Order: sequence, then C-alpha cells, then structure tokens
Amino acid sequence: MRVAKELQDGFYVNLGIGLPTLVANFIPPEKTIIFQSENGILGVGPFPEEGEEDADLVNAGGQLVTLSPGGCFFHHADSFAMIRGGHIDVAVLGGLQVSEKGDLANWMIPQRRVGPIGGAADLAANAKRVIIPMEHTTRDGDAKIVKSCSYPLTAKECVDLIVTDLAVIEVTKEGLVLKEIAPEWRVEEIQALTEPKLIVDKDLREVEL
Amino acid sequence: MAINKVYESADSAIADVEDEAVVMFGGFTARGTPTGLILALKRKETRNITAITNDCCGGWRLGDVDVSLLIESKQVKKVIASYPVAGSPSRVCALERQYLAGEIELEMFPQGTLAEKIRAGGAGIGGVFTPTGVGTVFAQGKEKRVIDGKEYLLELPLKADFAFIRAHKADKMGNLVYRRAARNFNPPMATAARVTIAEVDEIVEPGELDPEAIVTPGIYVHRIVKRNETETR
Repeated sequence: MRVAKELQDGFYVNLGIGLPTLVANFIPPEKTIIFQSENGILGVGPFPEEGEEDADLVNAGGQLVTLSPGGCFFHHADSFAMIRGGHIDVAVLGGLQVSEKGDLANWMIPQRRVGPIGGAADLAANAKRVIIPMEHTTRDGDAKIVKSCSYPLTAKECVDLIVTDLAVIEVTKEGLVLKEIAPEWRVEEIQALTEPKLIVDKDLREVEL
Repeated sequence: MAINKVYESADSAIADVEDEAVVMFGGFTARGTPTGLILALKRKETRNITAITNDCCGGWRLGDVDVSLLIESKQVKKVIASYPVAGSPSRVCALERQYLAGEIELEMFPQGTLAEKIRAGGAGIGGVFTPTGVGTVFAQGKEKRVIDGKEYLLELPLKADFAFIRAHKADKMGNLVYRRAARNFNPPMATAARVTIAEVDEIVEPGELDPEAIVTPGIYVHRIVKRNETETR
C-alpha cells in the first residue's frame, strides 16, 4: 500500500513475484501505471474474471492475468533489453536482506544450496529505482537490514528505498535514512531491529498509507 | 518445388535427437512450452541431454508439461537455466533433488543474461558485456571490463544442436506467429540452434500469414509439427 504511493502517473513499473505483485491492487484510479512483466508484456492488467482466463496470458509468477488497453507483447531478449537498458522507472522486488550500502540479497538461502535467480538480478541492477517491500525482521526476529549481506547477492548497491511493516528507509550515500515510522513505534525500537546505524530524517513522520 | 517443412508427428520431427544432444526448450512457467516435443523426447528415451531452458521445476498447473518431465526420467545430464528450482524452498523438484545428490550438473544465469546469450548465439555475436551480475556469484570467473566508467561482465554466446519451440501458427515455409505471453524465449531460441523444430496450433499455406505480423522468419525454422491436443493439453 505504501509502495503504491511511490509510483507516479505514467511510470513503467515491474513488480516482482509474490508480495510485490500486490502493489497493483493499491493504485488509485486517477493514476496510470504501465506494468511490465519480464516474460514479455507491457500493460499487465488485473487478474481475470471467471470465464475471461487465457492460458497464454500469465505474469512472471505464472499467474493468469489480463492485458490493459494499449498493452503489447515481445520476446524475452527484447524484454530484458528493456530492463537492462534502464527503461524501467521502478522495480519492486522482494528482499531477504538489504545492506547499509543498498546491496540486495533475495534469491537464495545459503542452507538450501540452490535457488532461482530469475529476472531479479537484471531488474535490481538496471531499473532506475529499486524499492524493496519486506518484513523488518525474519520470523526468528533477526535483522534483515544488515551491515553486510550474508546471503548471496542479487545485485550490489542497487536499492533506493526499503519499505517494511515498521519503517520507510531511504538508501543514501551517507547511509540509511529513516524517513517514516509505523504508529506507536519509537526510533530506538526500530534501531534495535536494524543492524546498521540509522540516520533519522529531520522530517521524520508517521507512515502515511 | 514448394518448400514444406511440415512433419507428420512430433516423434518423426525429433527422430535424430540422439544421446548427448544440446537442446533449447522454449517456454516460461509452462506457457509457450513445446509439450508435444518434450513428450516425444521422453518416449524416444534420448539420454545425457544438455537442456537450456528458463525454468524446469514443473508444478505450475496440474497436468502442465515442461522439462522437469525429462529430468524426472533421468534423461538430462546438465541444465542451463535461470529459474531451475521453485521459489518456495518447501517445494523440492526433481532437479533440486538430483542436483543436491550430485546427479545432475547445473549452470545458472540471470534471466536477461540467459536470453541475451541465446540471442548472441543466433546473431553470430562473439559475446556480450552486461552490467547484470557484477559483484555477485554470477561474476565468478568472468572477464570484467569497465566501459564509460561502468563495470560489465563478458558473457559468451549459447548455441544448441536443436531448439524445441512453440508458436501459435506457422506457414509451411516456417514463418511463425505467437500468441500473447506464450512468445517468451521461443523467438531467440529459434535463431540459435542447428535444427529448430516448431510445435504449433495451426499450419497454413504460404501467404496466409500477415507478413507484418511474422515474428520468427522461416529461415530459422527447419521443421514444423502440429500439436496433438488430445495428447498435450
């Protein structure tokens, strides 16, 4: 919901598999966002109504979707030329760990010894802006915003904004800037769940949805 | 004599795919996948295949066919892919089991790198410099180059003995049109193999496809076979 606010009218946006896909549900009707799916679609529309499904029309997660008016299709090499060429305004991707410098790890848990990279490395490294919505900590309470990622990287120094259930944090050259904070949370409490030192923005405010 | 690349059946179209063959498989999340050709290759029991495919973990929808079928039947010795296993660690596919047991080789590339390596293979390009993967495990052992102040990795072209692809319609000369997101890896793969075999829903006479709408020109396509819907789905 908070991530949707970052998407400006007319933006070309790629939403990663899973949680990021939900961002499309929170775009107000007055905004036109063109969603790209790396399997060769510009103009991904909502999920189909019953009877409207087309087996050849799926998003990058393999879910059935529709095509918005003005949408089009292209092949994979063209799709990634679009991504690699820096034409995507925003990529919204899942995250396992984000480092102080904006390194992203989101494709493999080391214990598993194998994982799917898919299109994440291309999107993370080459989109104009990379936003990571994720839980602030792991289920065990470990920090996911870390000094240095212990999981294998997807791309280095690529993340621009981290949006968690507790905070909105911007990655800057000076470090991580705490911009917004969830209601009833204190800065010290957020800091305790975050490995690197947070710079508190002078205009720090409550998260607005 | 008029050109006619149409084969009677998937089995006849893949009859010379022998052990040790390197095969590209079009498709993405079991959409645009040449399922009839995959089933024919399973019947032929060709072994030690090197499979180049975006994904191969099956399980997308009940009854979907993809390369996982050939991995399950132990016909594949090596997979080159970007999404070889399921996103969820709890869903362990045949490739993951065999890889962890040391029974199958796996080479992974970021998806865009995989697509571009294939495109380069078909286009006669000796390699491409991509910024994707810099500073990650995907950079290991690769030549780096700084161009205009930005770091890139050298990625070499990929080619295959055979490309199994799926399109919507073909004319008998091999010109292809696709349907929606079922296009995915099929057009670049069609260009990068010694023999490209296209499985299609419909075959028409030359001149019946709109020349402006043809995505894969017939020069890249050597064999065409019509899908058998009762067999594939």
